[in-house]
Amino acid sequence: MRVNKKSLLAAGAVAVIATLGLASCSAGDSGSEGEASSSGTLTVWVDAERVDALQAAADAYSEEKGVKVELVGKDNADIKDDFIQQVPTGKGPDITMGAHDWLGELSTNGVVAPIELGDSAADYLPVAIDASTYEGTTYMLPYAVENIAVLRNADLVPEAATSFDDMIAKGQAAGLTQPFVVEQGAEGNPYHLYPFQTAFGAPVFGSNDEGYDPTDLQIGNAGGEQFATWLGSQGKNGTGVFNTDIDGDIAKQAFIDGTAAFWLTGPWNVGAATDAGINVAIDTVPSPTAEVASPFAGVKGFFVSSESKNKVAANDFLVNYIGTEDVQLELFKAGNVLPALSAAAEAASSDPIVAGFAAVGAEAVPMPAIPAMGAVWQYWGIAEADIINGADPVTTWQKLAADVQAAISK
Amino acid sequence: MSTTIDDEVSAETPQQPTKKQRRAANIADAASGGLKMLLVKLLMLGLVDAIAIYGVIILASAEQWLVAAIVAVVAVIVNWIYFSRRKLPAKYLAPGVIFLVVFQVFVLVYTGYIAFTNYGTGHNGSKEQAVSSLMASSLQRVEDSPTYPVTVVDQGGTLGLLVTDPDGEALLGTNDAPLAPVDAEMDGDKAVAVDGWTTLQFGEVVTRTDEITALAVPFSDDPNDGALRTPDGSSAYLYLSNLEYDEAAGTMTNLDTGTVYSDIGTGAFTSDSGEELLPGWQIVVGFDNFVRAVTDERLAGPLVYVTLWTFAFALISVASTFFLGLFLAIVFNDMRMKGRKYYRVLMILPYAIPSFLSALIWAGMMNESFGFINQVLFGGASIPWLTDPVLAKFSVLLVNLWLGFPYMFLVCTGALQSIPEELQEAATVDGARPWAVFRLIKLPLLLVSVAPLLIASFAFNFNNFNVIYMLTDGGPRDSNAPIPVGFTDILISMVYKVAFTGQTRDYGLASAYSIIIFVIVAVISVIAFRRTKSLEELN
Repeated sequence: MRVNKKSLLAAGAVAVIATLGLASCSAGDSGSEGEASSSGTLTVWVDAERVDALQAAADAYSEEKGVKVELVGKDNADIKDDFIQQVPTGKGPDITMGAHDWLGELSTNGVVAPIELGDSAADYLPVAIDASTYEGTTYMLPYAVENIAVLRNADLVPEAATSFDDMIAKGQAAGLTQPFVVEQGAEGNPYHLYPFQTAFGAPVFGSNDEGYDPTDLQIGNAGGEQFATWLGSQGKNGTGVFNTDIDGDIAKQAFIDGTAAFWLTGPWNVGAATDAGINVAIDTVPSPTAEVASPFAGVKGFFVSSESKNKVAANDFLVNYIGTEDVQLELFKAGNVLPALSAAAEAASSDPIVAGFAAVGAEAVPMPAIPAMGAVWQYWGIAEADIINGADPVTTWQKLAADVQAAISK
Repeated sequence: MSTTIDDEVSAETPQQPTKKQRRAANIADAASGGLKMLLVKLLMLGLVDAIAIYGVIILASAEQWLVAAIVAVVAVIVNWIYFSRRKLPAKYLAPGVIFLVVFQVFVLVYTGYIAFTNYGTGHNGSKEQAVSSLMASSLQRVEDSPTYPVTVVDQGGTLGLLVTDPDGEALLGTNDAPLAPVDAEMDGDKAVAVDGWTTLQFGEVVTRTDEITALAVPFSDDPNDGALRTPDGSSAYLYLSNLEYDEAAGTMTNLDTGTVYSDIGTGAFTSDSGEELLPGWQIVVGFDNFVRAVTDERLAGPLVYVTLWTFAFALISVASTFFLGLFLAIVFNDMRMKGRKYYRVLMILPYAIPSFLSALIWAGMMNESFGFINQVLFGGASIPWLTDPVLAKFSVLLVNLWLGFPYMFLVCTGALQSIPEELQEAATVDGARPWAVFRLIKLPLLLVSVAPLLIASFAFNFNNFNVIYMLTDGGPRDSNAPIPVGFTDILISMVYKVAFTGQTRDYGLASAYSIIIFVIVAVISVIAFRRTKSLEELN
């Protein structure tokens, strides 16, 4: 029976795994047995890069309040889908880190609980509070505000540009053929083009006192068509400033190599530029019109699960602990993104780069979180890419507005 | 195996065993039983049983009776199989069968189940969850109302809120009794204790979260004044709800507008005008998803041309990789070729690099303005490899050829070498030309062994998500289509886009699609395998 020994071992292992597998499947269905639910332990899903920043706050909270806080590092790309799928089974965390534009999806799926900031709401940057509110209810405790700005190579162009054309002219005077880069790609990148669109007075949705109004689609207004025409004139058949072949990596390389003096991007890319020895200055987005070019603001924060068995502790931990200046500054150090708490934002702004982004952020508008935005994203970039590549601007833009309208009212 | 060894040994043991025979006998002795083996066996089965019992206890306490019964039955069967003296085939098969059931059959059945539900964005959980979530989000803090510092107090199991109002006065109320003034012990500005009630410490507050979440102290006798609730156990706010749930009638009423939303069996509270309150809940919707996949014009139109392209892609990929692989196999099988070994290693290289990576690298090389191919090979030409609908299709096929031919090369080399040389010699002696030898003798023999692999390869390419996703992501997008589908999308990548991109997920529809794809692939495979039987008759 020589061979049998191996097969027996294998069989044992198989049976063990199978039993465990079955048991865990069913525990998922039942929802009453998740360890996250046991009282006295808060399970928090955190972007893996920020676990260390939050650890001190978690430990301090455990010590003071006697509630254990367990931080689980998650890949940022998976957090939202995992959260939406796990909360209804009762196995998800009590709190998760996330971004405000998830709010529509989370709320439509009923997986987030409202959070009451109380009087502390006044201590946050207004854009952070606006972004954390969905249909009049606050669901998120904000910790950082993020927006794009123009990174300028101060060695090549010592002075900030006053307008879009001035920026191109300054770059060309410095001897560059492609002075300005912004990431696009084959399917376009409306997030990065949005500042120019707002300069023409074409937001995506109109807004009412509860936030963005999905029934009031503004993208196809006259300003939108002017923007489209301008975009076409800066595309393949025009000046060539915008090019869908430039993706994130190519744009980064061009700036780092010094072949581009201006780069429209977010704080997440500043490290790469300073590490490469570029003397970086942060400018507002130069407007192609007389109006201000406002980028989207993305606000990051924490959500409480609607199925959490520890809502009291979760609220207390977020409002009274994460909402303090020390913790917000600690999180700032981990990500270098402007804190959402005004006092912490002021302290962080001693850094000129952060101050630069904050100045641009003062003009930013929250990215719409309403689910209707999903319908916009799927047509928006592709229409812009078509226009950049030479399609007729006005008809393409009108088709975009019609497609979005049809998808929303479906 | 071992039994035959035993038999042979016992049958042929002579009076004076040779050295070899003695060794064989020893091996048989050591293997067939022995205390050690028995112990290992007992230990392993004990471990399995312990875990099974643990699982059953957990499951029973969660009232998952069906799964608990399955675990128990499987454990009993496993014990029976391995304690039996016979059941040799079962001992080998049991682990595989268990794996098959857990990782294949279960997944398949579950996908099938999801295809018949409305699982997706807005229909994510149970009805109770939807109700409690709607009720929670319908609470609105009364505008400009103050923050009330509170202390949670307990009297015989009933929770109350000891509230300090902005004037510094202490008030007490419970779920049933509205706020009323009391004499309370103050700590600074905040009332912290009152006679007859126990003040809860933070730890106790936390352990009674459920009760505190449900605690809503009416502000006055008039319910329209709202109720005080405390989200964190130390401050309370005045809330008004704009939704009312009537459990008996199963309706939600919006108190501001008076609209009644009722459960009409679609998995969400719906008003008479068809407006839905989200979140809704999961229900079984029958064949809706399948019907929608083929009749919804937004989905059906693209479905047709994507299906056609999927067939073209899979067939051309199989044909091109096979013929290139075959050609190279014949070339490198020729004895007159020098350095064949080295060439063969080179041929395998594309196969050795993970396809994710090579597809990404190809995507970079095919970039219109900055890619290696345009810049270096075509001297700065701007050929839209990935952005022109026709060229993009060609590029996808080209990259898939590059990724796929080494496999065919390996397979064909093996098959060619197994064809006896005599056949070729005999044919040559009979005066056949090389092309005739290949066409009439080698190719048919080769196909006998390779045809099943070609069918498998077709099935693989039919669902070759990696290449499409990494190289073009289905693009260039068809801007005329109402859904985000592109000119190089195959069925599986279209399903992925329809179901998983954007902010609305539809797992039910995606599952229905994957079942449709499964049926298509299965039908084609069955037909193709039947056809290849005719090839086998050649032998």
